[in-house]
Amino acid sequence: MVPELGNFALALACTIAFAQAALPLWGAHRRDARLMAAAPALAVGQLVALCVAAGALVWSAVVSDFTVLNVVQNSASDKPLLYKITGTWGDHEGSLLLWALILGLCGGAVAVFGRPLPSALRARVLGVLGAVSAGFLFFAVTASNPFLRIWPPPAQGLGMDPLLQDPGLAFHPPILYAGYVGFAVPFAFAVAALLEGRVDAAWARWVRPWALASWCFLTCGIALGSWWAYYELGWGGFWFWDPVENASLMPWLTGTALLHCALVVEKREALKVWTVLLAIATFSLSLAGTFLVRSGILNSVHAFATDPTRGVFILVLLGVTICGSLLLFAVRAPGLVCGGLFAPLSREGALVLNNVLLCSICAVVVTGTLYPLIVNLLFGVQLSVGAPFFDMTVIPLSIPLFAAMSVGPMLAWKRAELVPALLRLWWAALGAALVALVGALHWRALPAVAFAGSAWLILGAIANIAERIRLFRLPLSGCLARLGGVPRGAWGATVAHAGLGITIAGIAGMSFATYSIALLHPGKSVQEAGYTWTLLSLANLPGPDFNARQATLQISRNGNVIATLNPERRFFPIQDITTMDTAIHTDGLADLYAVLGDERDGGAVIRVHHNPLAPWIWLGALVMAIGGALSLSDRRLRIGAPARGKVPVPA
Amino acid sequence: MTRKRRRLWIVLACGLGVGSAAALVLSAFSSSLVFFLTPTDLAARPPAPNQIFRLGGLVQQGSLQKAVLDGSPDTRFRVTDGKASVEVTYVGILPDLFREGQGVVAIGRLAPGGTFHASEVLAKHDAAYMPKNVAEALERRGLWNPASGSPPPASTWNDLTRSTAAKTRQGS
Repeated sequence: MVPELGNFALALACTIAFAQAALPLWGAHRRDARLMAAAPALAVGQLVALCVAAGALVWSAVVSDFTVLNVVQNSASDKPLLYKITGTWGDHEGSLLLWALILGLCGGAVAVFGRPLPSALRARVLGVLGAVSAGFLFFAVTASNPFLRIWPPPAQGLGMDPLLQDPGLAFHPPILYAGYVGFAVPFAFAVAALLEGRVDAAWARWVRPWALASWCFLTCGIALGSWWAYYELGWGGFWFWDPVENASLMPWLTGTALLHCALVVEKREALKVWTVLLAIATFSLSLAGTFLVRSGILNSVHAFATDPTRGVFILVLLGVTICGSLLLFAVRAPGLVCGGLFAPLSREGALVLNNVLLCSICAVVVTGTLYPLIVNLLFGVQLSVGAPFFDMTVIPLSIPLFAAMSVGPMLAWKRAELVPALLRLWWAALGAALVALVGALHWRALPAVAFAGSAWLILGAIANIAERIRLFRLPLSGCLARLGGVPRGAWGATVAHAGLGITIAGIAGMSFATYSIALLHPGKSVQEAGYTWTLLSLANLPGPDFNARQATLQISRNGNVIATLNPERRFFPIQDITTMDTAIHTDGLADLYAVLGDERDGGAVIRVHHNPLAPWIWLGALVMAIGGALSLSDRRLRIGAPARGKVPVPA
Repeated sequence: MTRKRRRLWIVLACGLGVGSAAALVLSAFSSSLVFFLTPTDLAARPPAPNQIFRLGGLVQQGSLQKAVLDGSPDTRFRVTDGKASVEVTYVGILPDLFREGQGVVAIGRLAPGGTFHASEVLAKHDAAYMPKNVAEALERRGLWNPASGSPPPASTWNDLTRSTAAKTRQGS
């Protein structure tokens, strides 16, 4: 009964989405107020229907209704409750429903918080969101229905991929999807602006919070995925330049460019056409990223929930969305009025440089990700583009980006002088130079450059705030008084830039990571990175739906016990799969990381890693997201929209 | 600063960005592409010594040997694509999903004796995974048609003929 209700709700949502796509767009075209007014109601209705559908699927999974194919394939009755719930988005059908639900939430949020918007613009934005939603819901209803029944029902489900039974990954898809799908709103605004033929500061003030919120979610989502790969896959690395990872990085890069570019439209009404194009590109890359990997066209070692048979539909949908919006752009963009003028050396100029570099990096990543596919199609040669390619291309392009990142915020709008800006940064430059000097003496060149870049970003961020409060130029009380007056947007930018510095320091630290592999018998030990790792015992340990083999590993340094690690190997009988559960001890500056391998000759194969500064990678990403959130809470973002306009935050 | 001048600056900046990106891509392509080879490719066109490449195929049934050499775990197995097979040695912890009869991709180089020294071994997370080129090789030899259902069990791959392939299909 409940699955049928869900199925009905899904079909209803699909119908509403089609109506939401057609009526408001037609109404806005004909200036029919009644049709335009239907948009918010339809958006909210679609959201309610999608909530019912998702609720029905979760309910079926929680009560282990094995007449539902999706539940049989992804769940088992002895699975912990958390994973029963999160398992609903672990496969293709369920993840598509989650995707549609988040898109529905975005539509609902625009409908509710968008009341101050001009009614035609709101109708068009909701119409475009409805059209995107309609395409995917139609796909869900016809080809990827999560409510399909199976008869006779099996006594037990097939269970979930044990690698996915992890809190980090349980929340990774919703957060990542919130990021991907959130960019649908800037996209909808861009298409609506093209339809209206008008882009102004008020438009940018609406686009920027959405881009910012989506960017925060995407940053968190990527970091969570990378963290999961680090501790769950047990390879000891955090980023593998795999197509799945690149797919999430591409919209992040253009999304970052979009954030900065929208700032220029908002402040100076310049770069409008470019901002519209970036909004389209970011959402297109989000779509392409989610679905190129999902459709099985790009081969990835760690993609889940792929289904090549349905790839064609997705490709068509992708093609229609991307080509349609680009065609509209080509026809309508020349009509957009150009805005304010600026000198090449100005805040705007710096933001243009930021955009050029970010988009170049994105182009490189796209090339490296798609090249194997293209070569295979054209020449039938199978090859792969791995980390060396991306290291050789992305790093040289990042260096000028990082160099400009600290200078940019110091420049004035419209026209600026480079020398005074650099003079204000002299101590940040000195700090970075000192780090580079120390690094050049002790380390290899690349980590030295990376650490210097990190110091430059963090010190540059501090210098930016110091400059705003006139530190050391006013008496201390005056500085403190000014500190309260620094707008949150400026704090946000500063914190986010410093966060990137922290991440870069973490990545640079990881280049000093060392590991060793040893076959240890209980009581024996291995030396690594100045620590003594002693295997104390091996034991069997029962779990809820697995049996674990657990090693107890004691780490000591100069005779002092520092930590005890318990790496495990878990055997899941339902799926007949063994997974490795790594154990990590961190002191904030370095991770001690142990993996238990197979056992032979009465001993166990143990791999131990010493990963300096590893936690900083994800800490930095978190700081970046906090910076984004701070900026999002800035009052100035809400000005322009009358008092009622709260900052819309996608759920 | 006129509109035209500004446009010129922006075009110059874009040109510089795109140009340097293209130059970097081309130079990286010339040195860092990693080819994907199957055991059959390897037999037909052996790569230059010390060239790093990816070896893909299935772990041959019954070929996995685990030993201990000087205190470090040494694993040997054969990778097959149904036509030819290559011996692989690997020091380290095998991935979770590594097992006989399943798809595997090994990254490394060929030693003079014809043994592949893997520096990294990847197994597909998805248990039903079959490397794309293995599927193609099977199809080419007429042993498996993807339209007719799941592939024949990997343990039979090395001595699979058309008639046994048809039989296992009917049986399953």
